[in-house]
Amino acid sequence: MSASIAGPAIRFDKIDKRYGGLYALRRVSLEIARGECVALAGRNGSGKTTLLRVAARLVRPTSGSVTFSDEVVGDDSPPAPVGFVGHATMVYDELTAEENLWLFARLLEVRDAAARVAELLGEIGLYERRGSLVRTYSRGMRQRVAVARALLHRPAVLLLDEPATGLDSASVAWLASTLQQLRDSGCTILMSLHGESEISALATRAIRLEAGAVAADSGDGASLRSILGFNATP
Amino acid sequence: MSLLSNATVLFGKELRTEFRSRELLTTTVVFVLMVVVLFSFTFDPSSLESRRFAPGLLWLAFLFAASLMLQPCFLREQTNDTLSALRLSVSDPFAIFLAKLAANTLFLLITELLMLPVFSILFNVPIGSVLASLVLVFFLGSLGVSVTGTALSAISAQARMRELLLPILLLPLLTPVLIASTEATAALLDPAPAFRKDWIGFLAVFDIVFLTALWLFGEYLLEE
Amino acid sequence: MTKDAIAGALVLLLLAADAYASFFVAPTEATMGPIQRIFYLHVGSAWTGLTCFLICFIANLLYVFRRQPRWDWLGVACAEVGLAFTTVVLVTGPIWAHPVWGIWWTWDARLTSTFVLWLLYVSYLLLRTLIEEPDRRALFSALFGIFAFLDVPLVFGAIRWWRTQHPQPVIMGGPGSGLQPTMRWVLLFSWVALLGLMTLLLRYRYRLEAMRGELQMVEREVEGA
Repeated sequence: MSASIAGPAIRFDKIDKRYGGLYALRRVSLEIARGECVALAGRNGSGKTTLLRVAARLVRPTSGSVTFSDEVVGDDSPPAPVGFVGHATMVYDELTAEENLWLFARLLEVRDAAARVAELLGEIGLYERRGSLVRTYSRGMRQRVAVARALLHRPAVLLLDEPATGLDSASVAWLASTLQQLRDSGCTILMSLHGESEISALATRAIRLEAGAVAADSGDGASLRSILGFNATP
Repeated sequence: MSLLSNATVLFGKELRTEFRSRELLTTTVVFVLMVVVLFSFTFDPSSLESRRFAPGLLWLAFLFAASLMLQPCFLREQTNDTLSALRLSVSDPFAIFLAKLAANTLFLLITELLMLPVFSILFNVPIGSVLASLVLVFFLGSLGVSVTGTALSAISAQARMRELLLPILLLPLLTPVLIASTEATAALLDPAPAFRKDWIGFLAVFDIVFLTALWLFGEYLLEE
Repeated sequence: MTKDAIAGALVLLLLAADAYASFFVAPTEATMGPIQRIFYLHVGSAWTGLTCFLICFIANLLYVFRRQPRWDWLGVACAEVGLAFTTVVLVTGPIWAHPVWGIWWTWDARLTSTFVLWLLYVSYLLLRTLIEEPDRRALFSALFGIFAFLDVPLVFGAIRWWRTQHPQPVIMGGPGSGLQPTMRWVLLFSWVALLGLMTLLLRYRYRLEAMRGELQMVEREVEGA
C-alpha cells in the first residue's frame, strides 16, 4: 500500500460522537492537507477537544472514521502516527523530565532514544534541570515537557488542545517558535485555540465548530481572521 | 515482542515510582499488621486452637489491605491524564495491565513476606520447613488478587465513592482465592504439613481465567 | 385482551398449577415432612436466578462488542430479576432448614455460594448507581458483569470443596440424587413455571429501562440544543 502523495494528511469522515443523547460531534467531515497548520476555534463545549481526541484515537467515535494518509485508523491499529498535547500535561509529576521522556521514548520504540531525549531536552531548554522532578517545575516548564513528549517519535501530525492556556509570555513565544519550525518542516498541525495570539498567527487555515458541527472553514473561502476573531469572548 | 518489552518498561516505571516514595508499601504493611493485631483481640491468640484461625485471618488481612492498596492504581493515572499518554504510546493496551498487575503482585508479595516472620512469632507457628511452599501459595494468591484488583480498579476509577466501591466489587469476587489460599496455607502450617496440590492448582486456574479475561477485555476497561 | 394480559394470565395459571403440584401432587418426603415442599420453590428459584444471570452475561458481552443500548437494558433487567429470585433462594433456605435442623443457617455449600452470588450482583447494581454517564455506566457495568459471571463457577466450586473438608448438614441431599420420579417432574414443572414468571418480569423491567433510556436521551438532546 503506497502512500498517496496528494492525499490528505487527516481525513475526518462523517464523525459522530454521542454521549447518551448529547451530540458532541455531528457529522464532521474535514480534510486536512499535508503541511497545513489548522486552528480550531469555537466556544467551550463546541466539540474541539472531542474532535482532537477522536483524531488521537483516545475517544472512539459513535460512527464515522478518521484516516491518516493512506492508513485507516481502525480499532486495533497500533498507535496513530500523531503527537498529542492535551489539556493536562500527560507526564508523571513524580518522575524527572529525563525519566519521563526516556519512558515514552522506549514505549514508542524510538530508534535513537537516548540521543533523541537529549536533543529534545536541549530544545525545550531544560537540559540542566532534566534531573528534577516535574513536580517542581513551573507551568511553562511542564508544558514544554508535554510538547517534547508529543514530539519524541517525530510525528508527521501534531494535535494540540489549547496549548497556550495558562502559559507565561516567554513560554508562549517558545511554543510559537517551535510550532513554526515544525510547520515549516512539513508537519501537519491541528490545534484548538482560544482567542488570537502569536500561535494563532501561525495558522494557514481556521475552522470554527459550533455545537459539534463545522460552522465555518477558511478553506472554503471564509475569512481566516474573522473565524478566529469571532472567538474573542469565550 | 512489543507487548513484553512495553510491559517491562512500564513495570520499571511502576517500581521506580513506588520505591521512590514507598508510600504504598509502608501503608499496606502497617495496615496488615494492625488488622492482624486487632483480629487477635477477638479470640484467645495464645491458645493452641488459635492456630486454626491464624491462616484465615492472615489472608483476610491481605485481602483488605489489597483492596485499599489497589485504589490508586488507575486513579493516579488520572491526575495528569498520563493514562492517555500511555494509551498513545503502547502498541497493545494489555501491556499497561500486565505491568501494573505484575507490580501489584510484587508489592503484595513483599508485604506478605514481611508479615510472615511477625505472624510466625505472634502465633508461635514455625514456618522454616515450609517456607518455599508458602511463598508459592502467597505468589499464586497474590497474583489472583492483583489480576482482579487491577482490572476492577480501572472500573472504580470511573465511579463515585471509589474508596468503598473497590472493596465492594473486589471482595466477593475473591471468595475463591480466600478459600483456596487459606486452605493451602493452613495445610502447610499444620503440625503435619501437607502440600495441597488441589487448592494450589485451583489458585492457578483462577489466575489463568482472570488473566485471560483481562487480556480479552482490557482495552475496553481503558476507554474514555 | 392485550398480549400482556394474556401472558400475565398464562403465567398466573402456571404458577397456580405449580403451587397445586407442589402441595398435592408431589409425595411427602419421608424424613423431612411437609416443609420439604418448599424445595420446589427453592431449587426452581435457584435455577431461574442462574438463568437470569446467564442471560445477563450474554447481554453484557453483546453490549461490549455491539454497543447498542438495548443490551444494557437487558443486562440490568436480568440482574435485578435474577437478584429477586436469588433472594427467594436465600429466604426459603433458612425457612426450610429451621424446622428440619433446628438452626437457621448451616453454611450449606450451595446456599453459601448463592449468598456470594447475591453479593456479586448487588455490587453490579451498586456500581451502576455510582456512574452517571449512561454510555460509560453501560460499558463498565457490562465489564464487571462479565468478570462476575466468570467468577460464579469458581465460587461454587471453591465453596463446595471447602465444605467437603468441613462437613456440615446439607440442606438438599443433592437434588437429582435419590429424587423420586414424581418429585423430579414437579421440580421441572416448578422451574418452567418460574421461567415463565421470569420472562414476564424481564419484559416489564426491560421495557421500563428502555423507556427511561430513551427519555434520558431526549432530555439530553433538548438540554444540548
